[in-house]
Amino acid sequence: MKHLLRLLPFSLIALLAGCGVENLSALDPRGPVAEMQLNLIQLSLYVMIFVIVVVFSIYTFVLIKFRERPGDTHIPKQVHGNRALEFIWTTIPILLLLILAVPNIMDTFTLAETPSMSATEADGEEGEGQEGMVEGEDFITVQATAHQFWWEFEYPNLDINAGQDLYIPTDRRVEIVLEASDVVHSFWVPALGGKMDNVPGITNEMWLEAPEEGIYFGKCTELCGASHWLMDFKVVAVDGDTFDVWAANMAEPDEAVVSGEAAGEAAVEGREVFESNCISCHAVGDEGSPTGPNFTNFGERQVVAGFLEPTDENLHDWIRDPQSLKPDNEMPAFSEDQISDDEMDALIDYITELKVLEED
Amino acid sequence: MAQPAHTLPAHPEKATLEGKNKYLGFWFFLGGETVLFASLFGTYLALRGSTADAPGPADLFHLELVFIMTMLLLTSSLTSVFAVISMKKGSFKGMIMWMWLTVALGLGFLGFEIYEFYEYNHLGLGYTSSAFASSFYSLVGTHGAHVTFGIGWIITLLIRYRKAGITLTNASKFYTAVLYWHFIDVVWVFIFTVVYLLGVGA
Amino acid sequence: MSNSSAAQKSVVWDWLTTVDHKKIGIMYFLAGLFFFTIAGIEAMLIRIQLMFPEMAFLGEQTYNEVLTMHGTTMLFLAAMPMFFGFMNFVTPLQIGARDVAFPFVNSLGFWLFLFGGLLLHVSYFTGGAPDAGWTAYAPLSTTSEGQGVDYYILGLQVSGAGTLMSGINFLVTIVNMRAPGMSMMRMPLFTWTTFVTSMLILFAFPALTVGLLLLMLDRTFGGAFFDIGLGGNVVIYQHLFWIFGHPEVYILILPAFGIFSEVISTFAKKRLFGYSAMVFATMIIGFLGFMVWAHHMFTVGMGPVANAIFAVATMAIAVPTGIKIFNWLLTLWGGRIKFTTANLFALAFIPSFVLGGVTGVQLAMSAADYQFHDTYFVVAHFHYVIIGGSVFGIFAATFYWWPKMFGYRLGEGLGKIFFWLFLIGFHLTFFIQHFLGLVGMPRRVASYLDGQGFNEMNLISSLGAFMMAVAFIFLVVNVIVSRKNTTNVTDPWDGRTLEWATTTPVQEFNFAQTPLIRDLDALWYEKMNGNGKIKAAEPLDEIHMPNGSILPIIMSSGLVVASFGVIYEMYLLIALGLLINFGCMFVRSIKEDHGYHIPVSEIKKQGGES
Repeated sequence: MKHLLRLLPFSLIALLAGCGVENLSALDPRGPVAEMQLNLIQLSLYVMIFVIVVVFSIYTFVLIKFRERPGDTHIPKQVHGNRALEFIWTTIPILLLLILAVPNIMDTFTLAETPSMSATEADGEEGEGQEGMVEGEDFITVQATAHQFWWEFEYPNLDINAGQDLYIPTDRRVEIVLEASDVVHSFWVPALGGKMDNVPGITNEMWLEAPEEGIYFGKCTELCGASHWLMDFKVVAVDGDTFDVWAANMAEPDEAVVSGEAAGEAAVEGREVFESNCISCHAVGDEGSPTGPNFTNFGERQVVAGFLEPTDENLHDWIRDPQSLKPDNEMPAFSEDQISDDEMDALIDYITELKVLEED
Repeated sequence: MAQPAHTLPAHPEKATLEGKNKYLGFWFFLGGETVLFASLFGTYLALRGSTADAPGPADLFHLELVFIMTMLLLTSSLTSVFAVISMKKGSFKGMIMWMWLTVALGLGFLGFEIYEFYEYNHLGLGYTSSAFASSFYSLVGTHGAHVTFGIGWIITLLIRYRKAGITLTNASKFYTAVLYWHFIDVVWVFIFTVVYLLGVGA
Repeated sequence: MSNSSAAQKSVVWDWLTTVDHKKIGIMYFLAGLFFFTIAGIEAMLIRIQLMFPEMAFLGEQTYNEVLTMHGTTMLFLAAMPMFFGFMNFVTPLQIGARDVAFPFVNSLGFWLFLFGGLLLHVSYFTGGAPDAGWTAYAPLSTTSEGQGVDYYILGLQVSGAGTLMSGINFLVTIVNMRAPGMSMMRMPLFTWTTFVTSMLILFAFPALTVGLLLLMLDRTFGGAFFDIGLGGNVVIYQHLFWIFGHPEVYILILPAFGIFSEVISTFAKKRLFGYSAMVFATMIIGFLGFMVWAHHMFTVGMGPVANAIFAVATMAIAVPTGIKIFNWLLTLWGGRIKFTTANLFALAFIPSFVLGGVTGVQLAMSAADYQFHDTYFVVAHFHYVIIGGSVFGIFAATFYWWPKMFGYRLGEGLGKIFFWLFLIGFHLTFFIQHFLGLVGMPRRVASYLDGQGFNEMNLISSLGAFMMAVAFIFLVVNVIVSRKNTTNVTDPWDGRTLEWATTTPVQEFNFAQTPLIRDLDALWYEKMNGNGKIKAAEPLDEIHMPNGSILPIIMSSGLVVASFGVIYEMYLLIALGLLINFGCMFVRSIKEDHGYHIPVSEIKKQGGES
């Protein structure tokens, strides 16, 4: 058993240095929330390693010292117990737990204090030491609604509805309002911070911050059906100016892009295919339904359907037979009778050119 | 086996090991039942405001009816106490008489409850109408099912032992049945308060 | 009135109708082992599916079914029944009782459990097992297609009723049936943990009953408890489930604590250190077990006040658990430790469980739990406590009590191979899963994409699982090949408690004369201070025994019939099933059954004891 003890602290450091994938690991925090939580985890780890060392030392000593030796037939002294010892090993654990409980309670309250709560408090006078936060300047609000098996991100004050990719500015906090449309899901971006559940009928709130630009992995962590494992999303953190451009273009996308004209003739044809087949579930700009993920910035998707590389081939396969790739999702299959191969190419041309940020 | 009444011990229901076991086991069972009803009460309290478009407590409940039901059940509890007193006095006839009275009152209660449910259904509160409806019918219905079972149990005992006299075997059986009946009564007091009084009050 | 013994009846009929706690104990153990094997196979299917990224071995739907059945079966149908087997067999012997308080109810409890478990497994053949996880959270469970979840609800309802009855039976047995001199504070620790466990069962299972009832009402009868459109609230189910579910994990660990206390004290040849502290720690753990359910729900949005309170309450459980660990260590201190297979499992439990315990404290920290929750870190944690605690306890008890239960000793050589393979396989499988969770792998995923840094750790974990499977084969082989070790089975370990004062096989009346208990570790006391034989508390007299009954099986079948009625919404079938059930209760109620008496001559003939 002892080897496990020696491994523990070292393996954590090794992992911190690089095991796991960047922007996915909770051990490699990229924001203040995840950092706070990792500090708490580390604190508890050190306290617990102390406990483990104590117990394992006594354990090893006892097993070696008091093992039965050949020929030994003595009857050990039948000890009843010891009050002082009982007192010691009751008190010390309580003290150790206090070391953990106090920072935990503080952090729990800090994490529950969403920016909008601070803003409300700041309205009147100074709200209990919280700096007054102003919506838009200091923080933005995103409503993250979980569906089987995709994520819808609405920005209520920016008039934006986005699917799958959560764009956030690096210079502002993000208040996330969590809802679910069907079953219970859970919103988790390990590198940015711990999770909270999307519960049907209930609204939950949390906040995150991503000071560094990057693309962070997000996952659903509550069993939500067959394709639970594929219910991934991405958090795209961009600098404040880029975010403002993104937001403006998402709210009012360029007409030429929406119509496909900006991308050429095939895309215009694709737009027609889109209008006759896709628009009853997917929207581009104002046009279309929010039943499925919004397509306004589809061409900038990190992945399609939460997990597929956005290649033409993958898109083709997905539209033809989404069920075999992601069982039980709500997207119907489109056969060649509905969308011919030529139409499909045009459609793919169109949707992959739906972009709101300028290309590098 | 049947012993003459006057030689019975002071607590005939707990005189044998079997009787003692039954007595204690039944108390434990009632402990479990308490958690069962507490869970149903909790569910009801969480959902009693969720009336959707269906009628809510204030639209439905009439305290007159519920008051009569409460009186019937409380009285039946009292008569069952008299039955136990008779048993301890060794009066088999008295015990049987009081137990039959208990059954009659219980049947009266049950009749009113069926009428009540029928009436609510008539007023548009089906089981599937709202979360409130489901939780109300489930809580009160579970209690009603307990009353029904209790009545069946006591009638079975009354018929089985109609001529037996008080014995060490049947004393514990009657006694546990009475315990059960008291429990049902206590649950009803909570239903009366939590469901009806709070319902009308709100 | 003594309509004599069961000698003339056939063996099968005898076992089907038995109300003997020892036979019921053996049936509980074997049925539990059967379900343990099934759930173990399911575990292997899970680990094969997760061995490599994007495997298509099972498919998502099947994976979710196997995952649900693995959890449900392990907890309800494997671990608990195996403990019940030992409790049934050993507890009455340890308190010097002839029988349990309610032999008939005991038998009914067993058959309900078995039939409920079998009912659950029928779902595999009727279009799909339940797929909403062993927690069956609404509305995933209420909207799940097919009948899988209905089987889950009814199967658990039937077997849960059996468990509740058994719990009450143990409680009354321990309170009322103790032999003269066996005061509560002289009871062996295993009997104490049986008592506290039964308390937990009594107060926890009704919450599950209601939770399952609400699911059933929603699914089958159109209830609106979890229908958001009609004002339902899905979090109610989570509360009900965990009000049951957290005590449930203590139901699984406390008997193991009792077993370790017996085994460690026996093989260290020392009285248990701090006996009364151990008893009180058990009670405190049992009590706190009801106060902490919401730590499973930190991320559900209960708010910081509730989260902080439940976090602190949860941490508090570490204190009595720590007391226990140190008392076991001090029991070993100064002893003469014999490394039998049974004791190896008990000794391996201490460090394994400490590792599971410290991650438990980490998980209790609500703010940190936002990261841990529903990841493989949690999977690692609860397998450390359930395997490192409960399963090690079951295996320790298996090797320890096997001679008394089955009349032969399991081989020590094969036993030790089994132990080491299992121990190493277990740590290999689950230690690495802590890190899998921390680097971002959620639990209950049917697979994982390549390139996320999960591949190597999952492969290692699966290899460990294979090792555990191989180890289990050694146990099965051991059971088969050791059957000739029939010598030295009466008191093979130089035991301390009363069960080792009985004959092997134990006579149907356990003790020819009710024993007189003079101290804690009653047999050890007589070995040290008497002639090594337990004193009798009464003269030899005829013994009253209860009659067997076939009614428990018929009643259980009735409930299964009614369950099928609910699952397939056939109301006649429900009525028929309930009629069978209540009919049996009616028959049982009106038929006075006073049992029979074994005459003194017969006792002398059987016992050969004076």
